[in-house]
Amino acid sequence: MHILMPFVIGALYAAGIYLLMRRSIVKLILGLAILGNAANLLIFTAGRLTRAHPPLVPSGATQPIGTFADPVPQALILTAIVIGFGVLAFALVLVHRANQMVGSDDLDTMKSTDT
Amino acid sequence: MNLYLILPILIPLMTAILLFLTWRWRRVQRGLGVAGAAALFVAGLGLLTSVQENGIQAAQMGNWPAPFGITLVADLFSAIMVALVGLIGLAVAVYSVASIDTSREAFGYYAFFHILLMGVCGAFLTGDIFNLYVWFEVMLIASFVLLALGGERAQLEGAIKYVTLNLVSSALFLTAVGILYGVAGTLNMADLALNLHRTAQPGMVTTLAILFFVAFGIKAAVFPLFFWLPASYHTPPVAVSAIFAGLLTKVGIYAMIRVFTLLFIQEPEYTHRLILLVAGLTMIAGVLGALAQTDFRRALAFQHISHVGYMMMGLGLYTGLALAGSVFYIIHHVIVKTNLFLITGVTQRLKGSFDLRKLGGLYRAHPGVALLFFIPAFSLAGVPPLSGFFAKLALIKAGLDAKEYAIVATALGVGLLTLLVMARIWAEAFWKPAPVTSTSSAEEVDGAAASEPGGLRTLLAPIILLAVLTVIVGLVAEPVFALATRAAQQLMNPTEYIQAVLGGRS
Repeated sequence: MHILMPFVIGALYAAGIYLLMRRSIVKLILGLAILGNAANLLIFTAGRLTRAHPPLVPSGATQPIGTFADPVPQALILTAIVIGFGVLAFALVLVHRANQMVGSDDLDTMKSTDT
Repeated sequence: MNLYLILPILIPLMTAILLFLTWRWRRVQRGLGVAGAAALFVAGLGLLTSVQENGIQAAQMGNWPAPFGITLVADLFSAIMVALVGLIGLAVAVYSVASIDTSREAFGYYAFFHILLMGVCGAFLTGDIFNLYVWFEVMLIASFVLLALGGERAQLEGAIKYVTLNLVSSALFLTAVGILYGVAGTLNMADLALNLHRTAQPGMVTTLAILFFVAFGIKAAVFPLFFWLPASYHTPPVAVSAIFAGLLTKVGIYAMIRVFTLLFIQEPEYTHRLILLVAGLTMIAGVLGALAQTDFRRALAFQHISHVGYMMMGLGLYTGLALAGSVFYIIHHVIVKTNLFLITGVTQRLKGSFDLRKLGGLYRAHPGVALLFFIPAFSLAGVPPLSGFFAKLALIKAGLDAKEYAIVATALGVGLLTLLVMARIWAEAFWKPAPVTSTSSAEEVDGAAASEPGGLRTLLAPIILLAVLTVIVGLVAEPVFALATRAAQQLMNPTEYIQAVLGGRS
């Protein structure tokens, strides 16, 4: 697992960035989604992959007994997923409106504000 | 629990909720929009006084002791920024009342405006790096809506670039936070400051520093990551451009200054030198871009990039005086830049265009407006005795003290070019006679403005306020600079910050 995960995450980052550099706005959205997921997986891996108990304190004890999983990365990812979902929903609608307005899904036709 | 720390977040939140509840009553929306911003300004000033009197303030949310819970911290730098958010929020809210069209008002303009203010204040006050990410996202989603609200073609095209690059920046920021947690095992910035230099992987920490630099660099629009800014800042209504220019890139700069004075100070000869180099390139790229523009707001947007370079220069030099210069520069730039963008709205109202080639004759027709442009424009260029002069003076003095002659030469040269850009806008928009072809349309627009009694006066009120402040900051630069110096001292000696957050534990 520890060897596999970095490769999976790296491939996701590469795929996300590759899609971002395409001209189609649909691929742009897909790229952003994949990039967000890659970041989430990375937090998960950086918090150490352990097969352990949930970090619950048994009654009578002051700290969890034995090995336990770190709950912080999971909380971070949960937050990041929710934020990513909201932002991506907005981006989808934006791209849809832009497509209606411009009549094309090609980013190269959306350069009127660049010059 | 310190109330001053929580109010700058609570007031905009409550205002936004009330605005959502009064969705259909336009008058109430306008009143609430201005009142909420005024309350935020008062709270910001309260926080600033409190921090000045009692030193750095910290509050543990939900009473979880640091570093386990989320901490809100206000040192002088944060408090200054929050007070500025209040000031700019108030100015732009008043301006919005007279300039935002009814269809945008009907779709919740003021509510998102206040959510934006909440996100910005939250980012300035948080002491937790993941929480900083969350506030960035709050701020971003509100700015996305404000940018795209109205749905004009230019807005949507600009918004696609803005949204994409900011989301890439967020993904990088999140990546960096994840790795940081893996390396240090904590997310509280004060705790990180203590633990980071003890980790066994100094190379990893420097890599992380650069990852943060790139993430914040995109938000702050530094060279070569600034392309989203001139593609989007001139597309929304003027009030939105103004609040973006005043506050959003400053959040990127703030975050950069915070992490590079608190967390990543292990290898300044590498990281801070890189910042200095990028600062110089940003100045040059921005001002050259501004020289080539014919649209009023695009010229200002490029100019903005160039000034981001000055704010970074102080961080790159990394001395007390240099950071004081940066803080002073931020104070000056927030006021001046917002004002310049607000003025483009007035000239557009008077002449019906943002195109410098179509503008002209404004000095003859409206000398008052011309004077109001003159003050911030030449303050931006650094003409004494206006505020920009002292900001640049401090930075250049710090550069000379540190014997960094290349950056000093760049800063001076770019200062001259800034003057050229401003003089060019002055000559095109105000000095030259009005182009003959546009006279008839200009008269029509004049008629339209005249039929809206009080409209122009409401537009001018915040501009006059900010212009007067620019002059005041220039004339009584000493107390303001003393404030900036103390903020810089706190940034240079993070012990006080760490002590305030972690208490006796350090």
